[in-house]
Amino acid sequence: MRPAARSPDKVVHVGRPASPGLVLGPVIIDQARTGPRRVAGDPATERAALEAALDEAMTALGELIAAHTGEAADMLEFQLALATDETLSEPAFAAIAAGAAADVAWTDAVDALIADYQTAEEEYFRARAADLADLRDRVLARLRGDAEVSAVLPEAAILVADDITPSRFLSTDWTGRGIALAAGSATSHVAMLARARGVPMAIGLGPVDTTDGDLALLDGEAGRLVVRPDPGERAAFADARGALERRRVAVAAAARRPALTASGERVQVMINVADPAELDGIDPAICDGIGLARTELMFHAGAGLPDEAAQLAAYRRLLAWAAGRPVVVRTLDAGGDKPIPGYTVDNEPNSFLGMRGVRLSLRHPEVFRVQLRALLRAATDGDIRIMVPMVAIPGEMQRVRGLLAEAAAALGREQIPHRVPPLGMMVEVPAAALALEHFDTDFVSIGSNDLIQYVMAASRDAPGLGDLTDPTAPAVLKLIAMTVATAEARAIPISLCGDAGGDPAVVPALLAAGLRCLSVAPSAVGAVKQAIVGWEPAR
Amino acid sequence: MTAPCTASVLLFHEVGLHARPSVKLTKLAKRFASQIEVAPAPDGPWIDAKSIVKVMAVKAPKDTVLHFRATGEDADRALAALVRLVETDFADEAV
Repeated sequence: MRPAARSPDKVVHVGRPASPGLVLGPVIIDQARTGPRRVAGDPATERAALEAALDEAMTALGELIAAHTGEAADMLEFQLALATDETLSEPAFAAIAAGAAADVAWTDAVDALIADYQTAEEEYFRARAADLADLRDRVLARLRGDAEVSAVLPEAAILVADDITPSRFLSTDWTGRGIALAAGSATSHVAMLARARGVPMAIGLGPVDTTDGDLALLDGEAGRLVVRPDPGERAAFADARGALERRRVAVAAAARRPALTASGERVQVMINVADPAELDGIDPAICDGIGLARTELMFHAGAGLPDEAAQLAAYRRLLAWAAGRPVVVRTLDAGGDKPIPGYTVDNEPNSFLGMRGVRLSLRHPEVFRVQLRALLRAATDGDIRIMVPMVAIPGEMQRVRGLLAEAAAALGREQIPHRVPPLGMMVEVPAAALALEHFDTDFVSIGSNDLIQYVMAASRDAPGLGDLTDPTAPAVLKLIAMTVATAEARAIPISLCGDAGGDPAVVPALLAAGLRCLSVAPSAVGAVKQAIVGWEPAR
Repeated sequence: MTAPCTASVLLFHEVGLHARPSVKLTKLAKRFASQIEVAPAPDGPWIDAKSIVKVMAVKAPKDTVLHFRATGEDADRALAALVRLVETDFADEAV
């Protein structure tokens, strides 16, 4: 007979995916982190305690906001706004006046609001309950004299909890670790943070049958947690993780190398950027420059259209990052699916065929002139190139060139340093692709998204037309090949900067059409270079 | 007592008046001395535009016309600023 003690069997919990990735390691069950209840003092003492706890929480949130950006900062700002809102704290102070302890009064007040959020119809609002719970616990920890949580988890640990708060997430080093939640929401701030930082996470697993230290497998992509996996499962898991890791390493390595085809031809890979802030985490060495800098975002910024100084600062930031590499700045491409209140035409029927891109710029020369002046001035700092969107007839390029010359002359009269950089156009209207030889342009970039929708007469945002908005449709590839041939015959540099270039599956067709320069989303650089390396034309 | 100033603007933010826009709206409202209220319809319910709890409770979806009314010395400026904020899709002020 075997001894009584035996290892419990494996248990598979299937929930929902929240952030992809794989972890094999010991389970750590999240501990409740609030201390013992307060012993209530007199109302004045309790009131002062809650006021002090709220103040401290606000100061701590302010410091955290300064240290974070993006999603995390937004979430913390929301908590800070809640903490400063008397509508939230007023009921707590009323309860204290009636004799309640500060911790109980505060918990009741916030829990009432949490209950409200939890019954909301939209998942988005239900998910905000976790942010409120986070604020509740943050204040409670101070009222009950707890220390700040700063958990250090064992290597490859899988944290198991009902749900975790954003504060808990932000105070932990998750490198190589994962999160398994009984409840949780894929739209919670924690889920968004986990995806942004590559922390594997599964949610909705239900009550997890485990104890601290149990070995478990977490698959964030399948939304699955296997506690006490059997050897077969472990082997399969190790294979999957090995393959994932090899793929990740290969993509990262490919991003750092020049992309050479089988015949040794070098293909340039540049990046598309919408906001200079995106560049902070990107190594310039992975690309040949910025092939498309969108400027629309700036024009959505706060007080009116951005002035010359603000634009100049943004362009200089791009050039500083590029460190000598080319930076192609696209002039304002508003209209179509990108409205700007007060600038684009309201409720335009058929807006994709309407007043957009260069058509709008020529209609608002006073706005366009400011952008051209800023670009002319930035050109003294580096290799900036100006690219005009939505060009359909040669006259549009002539008018832009005229305005550029006028702006340069004005800067000259004002004795402001400037340089006239190359002026190019996007080819995204079939009329431009078909008659490219007639356009006065220094370079060309194919905007595949628009070109496809205009060639196929299929709006890119219409549901159900995915089969038609296909970059490898014969007509699209033929038009691209034609455009490349015309540009080459005129010795004009040509690239492609649409989504098609960022899709590794489409890259071979683009290379076959003759393209040797692609501009893609920064995250796609590695995979695109992999698709280029060793490519050879079909015989 | 003077009659309140009023203004309205279309909310076109994709997910409606959720956390981030609400934070920006209440922060901006608090910069003004006037009493400021917001409503998802011309006849109310009117709620305090300086309270994030109350503004979030409106749960205004995309394509709601937001109505503002303000009473006080800087009412005009407050409404202009709030309308601008919604019009610019709650954009960040920095480049």
